[in-house]
Amino acid sequence: MSSEKAESAKGRATSFAKISGRRSSPAKTSLEHAADAQWGRGLSTFVRISRLTLRHPWQVAITIVSTFIAATLQLFIPRLLGRAVDQAHGVVSGGSGGAAAQNALWVTAITLLVVSILRGLFTMSQNYYGESVGHRTGYELRLAFYEKIQRLSFSFHDKVHTGDLITLGMLDLEGVRMFFSTGLVRVVLLSVLVGVGAYLLISTDLVLGLLSLSFVPFVAWRSSVTNISLRLTWNTLQERLSVLSRVMEENLGGIRVVRAFAAQEHELSKFDHSSAEALELAHKRVNIRVSNTSAMNFSFLAAMCLVLWVGGNKVIDGEISVGTLASFLTFMTILQMPVRQLGLMVNSFARASSCGTRLFELLDLELPIKDAPDAKDLVVTDGTLRFDNVSFTYEGAGHPTLSGVSFEARRGETVGIVGPPGSGKSTLVHLLPRFYDVDGGSITIDGQDISKATLQSLRRAVGLVQQDSFLFTTSIENNIAYGNPWAREQRIERAAESAQLHNYIAGLPAGYGTIVGERGVSLSGGQRQRLSIARSLVLKPAVMIFDDSTAAIDAGTEQRIRSAMKRFAKDRVNLVISHRLSSLMHADQILFVEDGRIVERGTHEELLAMGGRYRALYDLQVRPGDEPLQTAEAS
Amino acid sequence: MSAATDSDEIENTSGRPPKAVVGSHREEEEVFGAAYDPRIVRRIWSYVRPYRMQVAISVVAVLVFTLTQLAIPLLIRYAIDNGMATNGSNRSTLTWVIAGFAVTILINYAASYVQETTVGAVAENLLFDLRRAMFSHLQRVSLSFMDKTEVGRLMSRLQGDVNSMQEFLETSVMSVGDIVLLFGIVGVLLFLDLRLGLLTLSTMPILFIVRLFWLPPAKVAFMGAHETNSTANGALAEGINGVRTVQSLDRQRVNFDLYDDKAHTNLRAHLRAAKFAQVMVPIVDTLTGIAMATVIVVGGSMVLGQALDVGVMVAFLFYIQRFFDPIRSLTMQYSVMQRAMASGQRISEVLDVPVDVVDGPNAIALSRDMDGSVEFKNVTFGYRKNQPVLKNISFKVKPGETVALVGPTGSGKTSAMALVHRFYDVWEGQVLVGGHDVRELTQDSLGDQVAMVLQDSFLFTGSVIENIRYHKTQATREDVVAAAKAVGAHDFIMRLPDGYDSKLEQRGGNLSSGQRQLISFARALVADAKILVLDEATANIDSYTEMLIQKALVTLLQGRTGLVIAHRLATIRGADRIIVLQNGEMVESGNHDQLMAKKGLYARLYNMNYSSFDDIPDELVAGAAPIGKAT
Ligand SMILES: Nc1ncnc2c1ncn2[C@@H]1O[C@H](COP(=O)(O)OP(=O)(O)OP(=O)(O)O)[C@@H](O)[C@H]1O
Ligand SMILES: Nc1ncnc2c1ncn2[C@@H]1O[C@H](COP(=O)(O)OP(=O)(O)OP(=O)(O)O)[C@@H](O)[C@H]1O
Ligand SMILES: [Mg+2]
Ligand SMILES: [Mg+2]
Repeated sequence: MSSEKAESAKGRATSFAKISGRRSSPAKTSLEHAADAQWGRGLSTFVRISRLTLRHPWQVAITIVSTFIAATLQLFIPRLLGRAVDQAHGVVSGGSGGAAAQNALWVTAITLLVVSILRGLFTMSQNYYGESVGHRTGYELRLAFYEKIQRLSFSFHDKVHTGDLITLGMLDLEGVRMFFSTGLVRVVLLSVLVGVGAYLLISTDLVLGLLSLSFVPFVAWRSSVTNISLRLTWNTLQERLSVLSRVMEENLGGIRVVRAFAAQEHELSKFDHSSAEALELAHKRVNIRVSNTSAMNFSFLAAMCLVLWVGGNKVIDGEISVGTLASFLTFMTILQMPVRQLGLMVNSFARASSCGTRLFELLDLELPIKDAPDAKDLVVTDGTLRFDNVSFTYEGAGHPTLSGVSFEARRGETVGIVGPPGSGKSTLVHLLPRFYDVDGGSITIDGQDISKATLQSLRRAVGLVQQDSFLFTTSIENNIAYGNPWAREQRIERAAESAQLHNYIAGLPAGYGTIVGERGVSLSGGQRQRLSIARSLVLKPAVMIFDDSTAAIDAGTEQRIRSAMKRFAKDRVNLVISHRLSSLMHADQILFVEDGRIVERGTHEELLAMGGRYRALYDLQVRPGDEPLQTAEAS
Repeated sequence: MSAATDSDEIENTSGRPPKAVVGSHREEEEVFGAAYDPRIVRRIWSYVRPYRMQVAISVVAVLVFTLTQLAIPLLIRYAIDNGMATNGSNRSTLTWVIAGFAVTILINYAASYVQETTVGAVAENLLFDLRRAMFSHLQRVSLSFMDKTEVGRLMSRLQGDVNSMQEFLETSVMSVGDIVLLFGIVGVLLFLDLRLGLLTLSTMPILFIVRLFWLPPAKVAFMGAHETNSTANGALAEGINGVRTVQSLDRQRVNFDLYDDKAHTNLRAHLRAAKFAQVMVPIVDTLTGIAMATVIVVGGSMVLGQALDVGVMVAFLFYIQRFFDPIRSLTMQYSVMQRAMASGQRISEVLDVPVDVVDGPNAIALSRDMDGSVEFKNVTFGYRKNQPVLKNISFKVKPGETVALVGPTGSGKTSAMALVHRFYDVWEGQVLVGGHDVRELTQDSLGDQVAMVLQDSFLFTGSVIENIRYHKTQATREDVVAAAKAVGAHDFIMRLPDGYDSKLEQRGGNLSSGQRQLISFARALVADAKILVLDEATANIDSYTEMLIQKALVTLLQGRTGLVIAHRLATIRGADRIIVLQNGEMVESGNHDQLMAKKGLYARLYNMNYSSFDDIPDELVAGAAPIGKAT
């Protein structure tokens, strides 16, 4: 076992623990150790799954009772068959008269028929209710998962690959969901069959009984071992497949980059590399699985062979009847299936354990950003926004992203923010809707600390046009109404008009019903940005933020957007991040951010007069051809 | 905004349904037709063909396996009838039968091992082969296909559908065994005793008839479960991908309710499917019971009347227990096959997407020493029929020149650059690179000579250096650092925890937008191409940094041709020529001074760049209106 494999299996198992800030045990070198760790943690997982299951007590009860009855009925069948054989055979060995034997056969046949029908009905009820419990539990887990994912803060989503989350919500959840029907119910079934069956057989004939059961421990052991090892390699395989899907997904998502660089060969070799790794393991798993099934089958048949041999001799010696031998043999056939399924049962336990651990870990994550216990709805009166000595550092970053940021803005005012890439402008505005919480200082709206306000009221009060616009694959109308799905048509159209998009949309064959693609591929860069501006304009936030949201829009269109929004802007605080100074030169206050600090502030005129960095930018944009370098370097 | 109509309607006050959905619309749905479609089977067969030896071996093995399965009750019968007569003289017969039994199970073991390993391995290979075939085909299909196809949908073909093909292959080999087993049992029963055999088998048509009525609604129920699964999963995936927007627009509540609807529909569909699946259980059990009862009554009487050996009766009972297994698994395999056909159909669809943009038969490789000129000759192009995005565009970029494209948003700048790279083929006219029509060049060589910084910076998961180097794997670390320094990315990269080896999160999520853009800029520089296309490459970067980049690039870009798109006109002031596009038409061209003197669209855009709305006279705004009579 290569350590790399174990590493990656472990990596996946513990990634959420890291995020939630909990420490996991030091690196294990072998799969067995990884298994230990999982089993150890598994216990409480099973308790939890069982508890979830018990939320449907009636169905659980019906399932268990049905399983019990079905298994017991099934045990009658070999006996009845054996009896029938003896009844038929009885005459030959000098038994009772014809008519009586006929009647006896009829009785046995009818009993058998009734038992079969009942067994069928109870098996049906066992399976149906078992699945029903599983699906209902799955439904509840799904909702819990979806809710959690939607609420977990940005810092969580920054670190977890979306593909892994999707796997967790689909495959892992499935593992937990199936546990009841494939794990717990089988325990009941098997214990009845093997336990009661063994009692019946051994009490009939000790030696034959032991022989017919001789394959059980072997198969049980083999299939448990195999399934655990399959389970462990499954985790690794999953890990490798997720690398493979990431390669494919990023290739398809970034197809333009791939094409632009004529990198198809490169991408194919990346694909082949991860594909080969996954395939190798898949082959290994096939071998593990197959050698197990054939061995199990063999041991079963070998046991049957022994029973036939020893039993045959006993029949010859007159110790038992042919019917008894037949009933032993049929009993073995009945036992074969569930004993084989023992492996699946063990697998189901192992799967539920590892999937459940991951899933519950996520479901248990504390929301780092949530309503404070004494949170109140934000009440916007004057609409005054205040940053007071705010500092913030991203997890894992070596140096503070923002430090000592203070400013104040009133309703109707516009604050312009400029600064080099990576200076912290987006971070600054992301603190306002509490995508991240400040590390120091405070942000207040009308004197209310935003960390004391309910998230919902806060986020409704803050409108943000994000730097990267994400559009949903749905109609343009639904996209614009995303934040306010009950908005009226006129309102949507007006928003599109203000964003200078209405004419374009109206010219499309399907108008507002046009489906726009993933990340809006079929729109031009500027159209996409205008769509996300329109999306914010259907809301009526107290603070409106534009994060570089006109970068792909020409100056003319931008002017018209801004003049259309004039009235909109009057009623709120506006924060405008832009690299185009004409967009913010008339702001009431301009902040120049560098390295997470506000290094210059003032109105356009003041900053120009100051002759610092802002001035350098201005000169670069306004006086083409000049050499503004000196000024800039001087600062 | 008049107050009358603008009540705050974020809550559902009107009782109207929200304008909202979660999960994308999927117009094209599961084609769920025949279990056997020769066209698809032939198509898939071409991928199985390389493994036909292994498939043949496993079919033989499965036959052997089935025969041994069939033999076992016969051996038991023989043992009972000939080895256990009570007179004791038959011990040696019994021993021989036991020996035969032992040999049979050894063969059985070997056959099952061979069959399962070969078929398992082949099925895995088939899965990976099909996936690779699709993936590599997708590398070639035209972008117009990729534009309208969701990544998620392609991914489900690359992952889900190939799985059902794998399942299909395993299943078809198994069904060969099952069919043989079924007919074998029928044959053996009739052979052992014709009358009893016929009587017992009479239950079989009942099962067939029941199945016949059961299948159509059951199929609908199973499909329903399958479909609602994928819709619910689609919605989940969307929720995960768009979570930032969801939170920012406070849509959690609405989305949760919509998702709940889907999840609940899914739950109901599953319960329905489970009902259909389980209702067969008592039916099969009843029929088995009837068959066994028949054997007991009829067979038993025959044994009583010494018309039948007791061993035959026992064998009958054994066969009956196994009798419904192949029928059951065959019907199950039937639905696997149907699913496989649907998947095969979808896979073929992907494999059959025409590759519109192909290298011509006489395509030549664009050499590194070509002059680097770019020319558009009367180019007309669009994405949708009758809606041209570029109309009769002609211009020429001389070797070594830098030409800027400006124009209102949606005017077709990005589209024009896509044509230089032959992402799409023109409708009319010609695009020439280095004097050759791009359709006469191999795409790979063209790609090597045209480097692009795309409007959306896309980064891959991996380290910074891997991203900058991308496919130029021979580029040294120095090359990478030089490029990063040229675009001014070096400083921030060095401040990342592991410098150039720092890992970027998905799509570069741990960088700022400007930083991402700088990295994709550096990536284009490392590609070291003759023609550099910069589509808003510095839109998210401040002018000062931009100026530093421009200075650094002066030497780097010597002798290279540049095509620059920018909305911030200061970006392009160094351009040799400026081409102004509007509504897909070229309206002006010339250098800055010429265009300013002309007082046309460019001059208006330029002036607006330096004023803000407070002091734009209304005429100007009005005058500006036609500019962006946005296309
Ligand atoms: N893949 C596509 N499929 C269909 N239509 C498209 C596609 N890409 C762009 N369009 C449409 O073609 C027109 C021109 O788009 P293009 O991206 O070339 O504009 P642009 O000049 O680059 O604009 P911007 O400055 O906003 O980036 C737009 O109306 C756009 O909606
Ligand atoms: N999710 C994140 N995790 C860790 N670090 C981050 C994350 N997002 C941004 N950073 C880092 O924080 C710093 C500030 O980023 P921010 O996005 O605020 O810059 P910005 O001023 O908006 O830049 P731009 O003009 O390029 O948009 C950068 O150095 C960036 O690399
Ligand atoms: Mg930013
Ligand atoms: Mg564009």
